[in-house]
Amino acid sequence: MTLLAGKVDEAQRRSAFRRWRANPSALLGTVIVGVIALTALVSLVWTPYGPLAIDTNHTLSAMSASHWLGTDEYGRDTLSRLMASCKITMYVGGLSVLFATAIGLPLGIWSAWNKGWVSQLILRAADVLYGFPALLAASLFAAAFGASTNTVVLAIGIAYIPVFVRVTRSAALVILNAEYVLAALAYGRRPFAIVRKHVLPGIGSIIVAQMSLLFSIAVLAESGLDYLGLGTAPPNSSWGTMLQSAQNYLSSDALLCLWPSLAIVLCVLGFSLLSEGVSELRDERGGR
Amino acid sequence: MSGSELQLVGVSKTYPSPGWGRDEVAALTDVSLDVVRGQSLGIVGESGSGKSTLARLLLALEQPSAGRVLFRDEQISGRAERDLRLFRRSVQIVFQDPMSSLDPRMKIHDILAEPLRALGVEVDEAERVRSLLESVELPPSAAKRCAFQFSGGQRQRIAIARALGPSPSVLIADEAVSALDVSVRAQILNLLSSLVTDFDLTLVFISHDMAVIRHLCDAVAVLYRGSIVETGLTSDVFRSPREAYTQELLAAIPRIRAGRGRD
Ligand SMILES: Nc1ncnc2c1ncn2[C@@H]1O[C@H](COP(=O)(O)OP(=O)(O)OP(=O)(O)O)[C@@H](O)[C@H]1O
Ligand SMILES: [Mg+2]
Repeated sequence: MTLLAGKVDEAQRRSAFRRWRANPSALLGTVIVGVIALTALVSLVWTPYGPLAIDTNHTLSAMSASHWLGTDEYGRDTLSRLMASCKITMYVGGLSVLFATAIGLPLGIWSAWNKGWVSQLILRAADVLYGFPALLAASLFAAAFGASTNTVVLAIGIAYIPVFVRVTRSAALVILNAEYVLAALAYGRRPFAIVRKHVLPGIGSIIVAQMSLLFSIAVLAESGLDYLGLGTAPPNSSWGTMLQSAQNYLSSDALLCLWPSLAIVLCVLGFSLLSEGVSELRDERGGR
Repeated sequence: MSGSELQLVGVSKTYPSPGWGRDEVAALTDVSLDVVRGQSLGIVGESGSGKSTLARLLLALEQPSAGRVLFRDEQISGRAERDLRLFRRSVQIVFQDPMSSLDPRMKIHDILAEPLRALGVEVDEAERVRSLLESVELPPSAAKRCAFQFSGGQRQRIAIARALGPSPSVLIADEAVSALDVSVRAQILNLLSSLVTDFDLTLVFISHDMAVIRHLCDAVAVLYRGSIVETGLTSDVFRSPREAYTQELLAAIPRIRAGRGRD
């Protein structure tokens, strides 16, 4: 209590940064995710070659100074395609997680606050949806609307709603049971203000950790769906479609399979590390 | 001038039972109670006797299943929230658990300013926060810190300061010292009793501990399984308890004191 006012803010901020830096999961996760996001951004304006540029003179070439990671069966530069695929991954992962959060978060908070039959209905509906695999949803959507990147976004997004409802609800219940919420009601705060001032800040880190975790699973799901031809369609590149066409050359050009697989693994690892790091930092602070 | 600040008239409260059955849990049964202006009223009863339910009803945080709740002779139960502004400013609460009674992510300044903002109390925020901290004997520098940086007793002081913010006339304390150890408990009790005098507060002090009630309250109501079994001036009840249950509670005082140690 003898700390000088004003310095306290700064000290707290600095120690938050130091804790972040000292946490291996958080640090490594941030770095990997940062690199992938940056690559996706760069690929919007620059890739070594056009990711769709066919070069029939250099098909299936090995790693070289001009094509660092070689070329595929059409002579397209593998590095350029890997980079361009980052942006599909970020697009699908980001959008599907945002979609699931945008619907799941309000439903979760609502069902935590209200204990009536509508809440029960939401929770039962979430249970039913929970048992419904994204793969099946994607097949249905692909059949109905045609296979596309947005089909995948929708399928994964819908499949994640119940997870968000449940995670949000259980985290929000902890906050809503705290006495400071009762005190806030007693000084006239309405439910909406309480959600904004207490519930959202209180569950923020849990939600971010969950979003990051689901992002990593979305990367896997997206690659799988693309691989099965239910998502991003050739010639557009995604790690899943790259893997799918590369499998024909598994015996002669194993590296062609390796690069997209590595990218998927790295991306999944990055986002799950980030998720773990955020949870660990929260635990370190005693659940704050 | 004495009159009623708060009244319960034939109030019952039932909750749906947790299971699938149709049974209901009766938390309070036909409770009538008068919180007289300027008086410190103790409400005593064992765990599960309905004390916290009574507090939530007095605060209009819950609606009674039967009966009425009055504030200065006007009914507040069943009223829309927007009609309760004066009531919200006038009746404030301090809870039991120093850990969960303050939002751990908030600065003390915001914790103390929130009631003022919510109720539209027009004051200089920083000035008011400083004077509130002063009245609970905390230094002004506390405003910059977060709740988790304080001990249990200090948190309870902050919770009291928050309740005093809107200048209430009634302060309800639900087991406000039960979670504190003995020496800190005495400090908070002394603080409460001097605040009651300084700010002319009507106090509703809820506790399971008869000794604490005797220290602080003019009158006492004994709650047993959701009903009030005895009311009276504290001195009378302590001298000659009429009900067997009250006698039991009184007899338990020395035993609890001896058995619990630091609590
Ligand atoms: N929201 C609720 N839903 C269902 N039952 C409840 C609810 N609140 C209280 N009860 C029940 O009502 C009864 C009285 O509870 P209450 O919390 O008012 O007791 P208390 O005297 O404050 O106890 P304690 O000393 O343990 O705080 C208990 O049987 C409790 O299980
Ligand atoms: Mg209680």
